[in-house]
Amino acid sequence: MPTMNVIQAVNDALRTEMRRDASVVVLGEDVGRFGGVFRATQGLQQEFGADRVVDTPLAESGIIGTAVGMALYGLRPVPEIQFADFIFPATDQIVNEVAKYRYRSGGQYTCPLVIRSPYGGGIRGGHYHSQSPEAHFIHTAGLKVVVPSNPYDAKGLLIAAIRDPDPVLFFEPKRVYRAAKGEVPEGEYTVPLGKARITREGSQVTLLAWGAIWHEADQAATEAEAEGIDCEVLDLRSLQPLDIEAVEASVKKTGRAVIAHEAPRTCGFGAELSALIQERCFLHLEAPVTRVTGFDTPFPYTLEMEYLPRAPRILQALRKVARF
Amino acid sequence: MRREHDVGQARRSGANGHARAAPPEAQGRFEREYPLYSVIREDGSADPGEVSLGDQDLLRLHRWMVFERQLDERMITLQRQGRIGFYIGSVGEEATVFGSAAALEDHDWILPCYREHGAALLRGMPLVTFMCDLLGNAGDAMKGHQMPCHEAWRPGHFTSISAPIATEIPQAVGAAWAARIKGDDMVALTYFGEGATSANDFHTGLNFAGVQKVPVIFVCRNNGWAISVPRERQTASETIAQKALAYGIHGERVDGNDLLAVYNATRRARARAAAGEGPTLLECVTYRLEGHSSSDDPRVYRPAALVEPWRKKDPLRRMHAFLERRGLISAADEKRLVEEVKGEILRALEEAEALPPKPPLETLFEGVYAEPLWQQREQLEELRQAAADDARVTLPGPATKG
Repeated sequence: MPTMNVIQAVNDALRTEMRRDASVVVLGEDVGRFGGVFRATQGLQQEFGADRVVDTPLAESGIIGTAVGMALYGLRPVPEIQFADFIFPATDQIVNEVAKYRYRSGGQYTCPLVIRSPYGGGIRGGHYHSQSPEAHFIHTAGLKVVVPSNPYDAKGLLIAAIRDPDPVLFFEPKRVYRAAKGEVPEGEYTVPLGKARITREGSQVTLLAWGAIWHEADQAATEAEAEGIDCEVLDLRSLQPLDIEAVEASVKKTGRAVIAHEAPRTCGFGAELSALIQERCFLHLEAPVTRVTGFDTPFPYTLEMEYLPRAPRILQALRKVARF
Repeated sequence: MRREHDVGQARRSGANGHARAAPPEAQGRFEREYPLYSVIREDGSADPGEVSLGDQDLLRLHRWMVFERQLDERMITLQRQGRIGFYIGSVGEEATVFGSAAALEDHDWILPCYREHGAALLRGMPLVTFMCDLLGNAGDAMKGHQMPCHEAWRPGHFTSISAPIATEIPQAVGAAWAARIKGDDMVALTYFGEGATSANDFHTGLNFAGVQKVPVIFVCRNNGWAISVPRERQTASETIAQKALAYGIHGERVDGNDLLAVYNATRRARARAAAGEGPTLLECVTYRLEGHSSSDDPRVYRPAALVEPWRKKDPLRRMHAFLERRGLISAADEKRLVEEVKGEILRALEEAEALPPKPPLETLFEGVYAEPLWQQREQLEELRQAAADDARVTLPGPATKG
């Protein structure tokens, strides 16, 4: 089995689906001849031609707006937004059009597309190359939101997203784009949307994370184990649909929950998870549900490592919750 | 639709005899470069070489215009009576809507704004279904999910209406582009008002279309007003059509109150698109004779004196004069026609109003996703339980007393 990084896995997923299904098309800024600023679409235009791998003019609302028309007409567009920070000009198309098309037409029309976008910080990108805007889109009914943490999931989830009948935002954690390596099967396979993965079984604290921060959570759990704190770690992978059963089962077992994400704390997805846990697991809880997150500031440049919820801060939260 | 012969080239000079247009020396540069194309003169005469439709088609489209006018007037009355929540009509703009929609092939797509219900009906949306959309009742094809006048009709390739302005423009570009990728002979036509030309999606849509040369027709209903803001406060451009120049695409200015002018110009645009010559921006110069919608009162911002000259240019009046001159219709015929369509409208309304006033509770959660997620399933049960515990949950009005 070949070893790949996340970028190579994304590229392999796109290639696999484009070979299988002629209706899959890729469009975005610099995705064609150049192969994308992170090289995620490298070689695709050479293989599938400029009609299916399109360098668009520089306008996110145009990329998503035209992708909507393509999806309505029966193609499976996979538009790329070069950085998730640049997605906001397309917000009207995503929130008011993509998300509502099936609903507002009474199911007459559907708009299945996958918006891929590199996301998250830790690459010295300042606040316009580092944000984690998942909560904006999870808050919009009609969208699905997926964040892989490793190459195997990146390929399997992206293939599942392309085949999904609903629109999906696929956020790729760019901090681990090249750092996360692993074995990736050749050819087709899917990782279903809405299934979390228990990456470490434990009995004392449930630790929920996704994307690049899962790696920090995993390290924190390893360090906690040395201190005698037995953590169960869940990589949520898909935030909408959310694997609520897995979350509920784990927290009912451990009685404690820590949520780690790099987006700002206020109204971040951790707030939703925290509310769900107290609504569903109230009588099982032994400690307050605790969040370790980015701060309520724009994403900083110089102090980005202080901003990110890395293993040491997660470990501190685990200690506090375990000894509450 | 049967066509007697192909439509000729757009006339670029002002020589087609339109007393209405300003004399060339009084016009600006772009009014001369994009002259107003017109076919039917106000006295009902027309150059025979420009009459591209046969008598039966002319009568059929005239009937549609009369029908739409009656529909709009009846529905506004209905809204005033509180029987429907909202209405938005196309009084004065019927020639623009029917002239353009009728010029397409049946498999072409229409991506509407929100003032082109006539095009949905022309494409086969049953009148009763349209009424059910206005009522948001159990027969509503949109399941009560949208306000009145935000219909979709997939069998007629008429997409779903959205209230945000101009969003349909890049979508039309995408649909037409997709057809080209798939090798289909489909042309997409999209509607918007002159206010939409200020929105970012107008720019991105026309820009993408120009770069990719996609088979799309942009129909701007320049009706002079974006709610209360007049055309001259919307853009400093002399014409809307000239905006095509900047995108490297073809543009034309058309008399939007002249069914045949709009029809011919749209046929030409379609031929250009189908031949791979790219998109066309058609500025249809017309006028919104009534308010923006049932929620608007134009007397607050628009002196009646401004509207009067346009009442004289009413597209129905002009079409009637044209047909009368050709011996196809008399004043008595028109009167009978009005009564006939009124009857159709009332019968459809009665049929729609006989259906249950609300779709079932579960439809609130249907179509958010292909299959409801656990949130929709749980929330439906929660709502059912709440409604079972307290009937006020499903009743209108403030929940004050039990």
